[in-house]
Amino acid sequence: MDQTLKKQLQITACKVRMGIIEGVFNAKSGHPGGSLSIADTLTYLYFHKMHVDPKSPKMADRDRLVLSKGHTAPALYSVLAQRGFFEVDELKTLRKIGSRLQGHPDMKHIPGVDMSTGSLGQGISAACGMALSGKISSAGYKVYAVLGDGEIEEGQVWEAAMFAAHNKLDNLVAVVDNNGLQIDGKITEVCSPMPITDKFEAFGWHVITMNAHDFDDIERAFDEAEKINGQPVVIVQKSVKGKGVSFMEDQVGWHGSAPNAEQYEQAMSELKAQLEKLEG
Amino acid sequence: MADVIKKATRESYGEALAELSSEYPDLIVLDADLAAATKTGIFKKACPERFFDCGIAEANMMGVAAGIASTGKKVFASSFAMFAAGRAFEIVRNSIGYPHLNVKIGATHAGISVGEDGATHQCNEDIALMRTIPGMTIINPADDVEAKAAVKAALDFEGPVYMRFGRLAVPVFNDKETYKFELGKGVQLRDGNDVAIIATGLMVNEALKAAETLAAEGINARVINIHTIKPLDKDIICKAACETGVIVTAEEHSVIGGLGSAVAETVTECCPVPVVKVGVNDVFGHSGPAADLLKEFGLCAENIVAKVKEAVKLKK
Repeated sequence: MDQTLKKQLQITACKVRMGIIEGVFNAKSGHPGGSLSIADTLTYLYFHKMHVDPKSPKMADRDRLVLSKGHTAPALYSVLAQRGFFEVDELKTLRKIGSRLQGHPDMKHIPGVDMSTGSLGQGISAACGMALSGKISSAGYKVYAVLGDGEIEEGQVWEAAMFAAHNKLDNLVAVVDNNGLQIDGKITEVCSPMPITDKFEAFGWHVITMNAHDFDDIERAFDEAEKINGQPVVIVQKSVKGKGVSFMEDQVGWHGSAPNAEQYEQAMSELKAQLEKLEG
Repeated sequence: MADVIKKATRESYGEALAELSSEYPDLIVLDADLAAATKTGIFKKACPERFFDCGIAEANMMGVAAGIASTGKKVFASSFAMFAAGRAFEIVRNSIGYPHLNVKIGATHAGISVGEDGATHQCNEDIALMRTIPGMTIINPADDVEAKAAVKAALDFEGPVYMRFGRLAVPVFNDKETYKFELGKGVQLRDGNDVAIIATGLMVNEALKAAETLAAEGINARVINIHTIKPLDKDIICKAACETGVIVTAEEHSVIGGLGSAVAETVTECCPVPVVKVGVNDVFGHSGPAADLLKEFGLCAENIVAKVKEAVKLKK
């Protein structure tokens, strides 16, 4: 990847992480862990890969993204705000009465949100519908669906996986955020969905693995995905839950709890230090 | 007496989709391995490129329909009522209802008249389930003419619609030439001020038969067809309540949460009168010929007559 672009994406991802912490802290609730693990990938997609226009969020030929792991809405909102779909300051209204920024994505009211999600396992089906519609109309848009590794325990995901392969939806790219943790503990201990790659392969998908926190690797994975014809693609990204905030990293407790004032200060100072270093 | 033409509303549904296919070139139809039974197979034959079989996976089908609708196309998703409203309930609520997407759900094989398949497939709860979803429109047509008109009306309406069709061939009593379907409007089929029989689906024809019998015995029953259960035509119901003083509802659905409940909820707010319900009395069905089951469960003109006679005694 071009070094200037890489630096720019790293800077943006850091700001996205600050927005996540800002939102969840002000809401006094939310899901920081899985939001932080997906921050780099969403930044890459919205700032480099996807054809979107903040001035025209409903543009017909736009690429679409369905955040199937809807509880990580703080990451999506933060990316959309950075990208200019709405003011960054609005992130502070997350989960509050009167705010557009609902606890889970609401396509009716939030510019840039392509599908309402939150009930796990459902977003991938909607993404299949969008991709199928694109195929029917020979529209050139791509559809991205982001799933949690715990989420794929939902049976509906595999109904969708079967459907996407059967209909050769090569305009669909699913990302499975493999941070290894879900609410009740390690995914391998709760009710293991492993092996993830073999399962998707058996369902007829082209499988790519990726380091979720390395933009060179992210670019390689999505570039490879673009070249696949005749079958849907899944990128299983190895990620760190809570990535970027030292005390949140790989800690199951940060799946769905908000930092207190002290923790907020620490998280923000860590991220500010990372940002200063990047902007150097 | 001329022979009564009978036709299942699922046939009307499949035929209407095929007939309307050229008028609605962006219409997509989905089914879950039941195209031969739901009759979407008729559309499939006419427009194979716009028909997609999702396999036995109703949850995914509803989500796929939501995704298609989000791109601006019209879409029907079809299965038996049990699976469309029952199994896929939460997907219909969260992926279709909450974002208020333009998905039409074609649910066939509703009610006890499924017959021999028995209780697992006899869905008497779908109207109750769908009524609880904010913004969901529910249509339960009474015959072939109404069913076909309703499919077109649903396609012209922007927003989620649940359409209920039957497996059993039922009499066609509406006149194709003069019938006009108005979404959300009840239809008064017979005037009378002693009692109002408010019916939906295949029970409308039974209500008309019951009214004939009652007239011969000196009871003049008003008969109202409620094809749109949500939004409910409150005006026609409240007017009937005030003018007749007692209501009997008739539906091929549980007495819990369906038309009877909706009517009772309405009249308690505008004109409280006794509401006696004819429906499936909070029990599961069982296997048997549809016609026999309808009689056994009291979903027939004879039972409406009996209930009306009880009901009029409750009048103040």
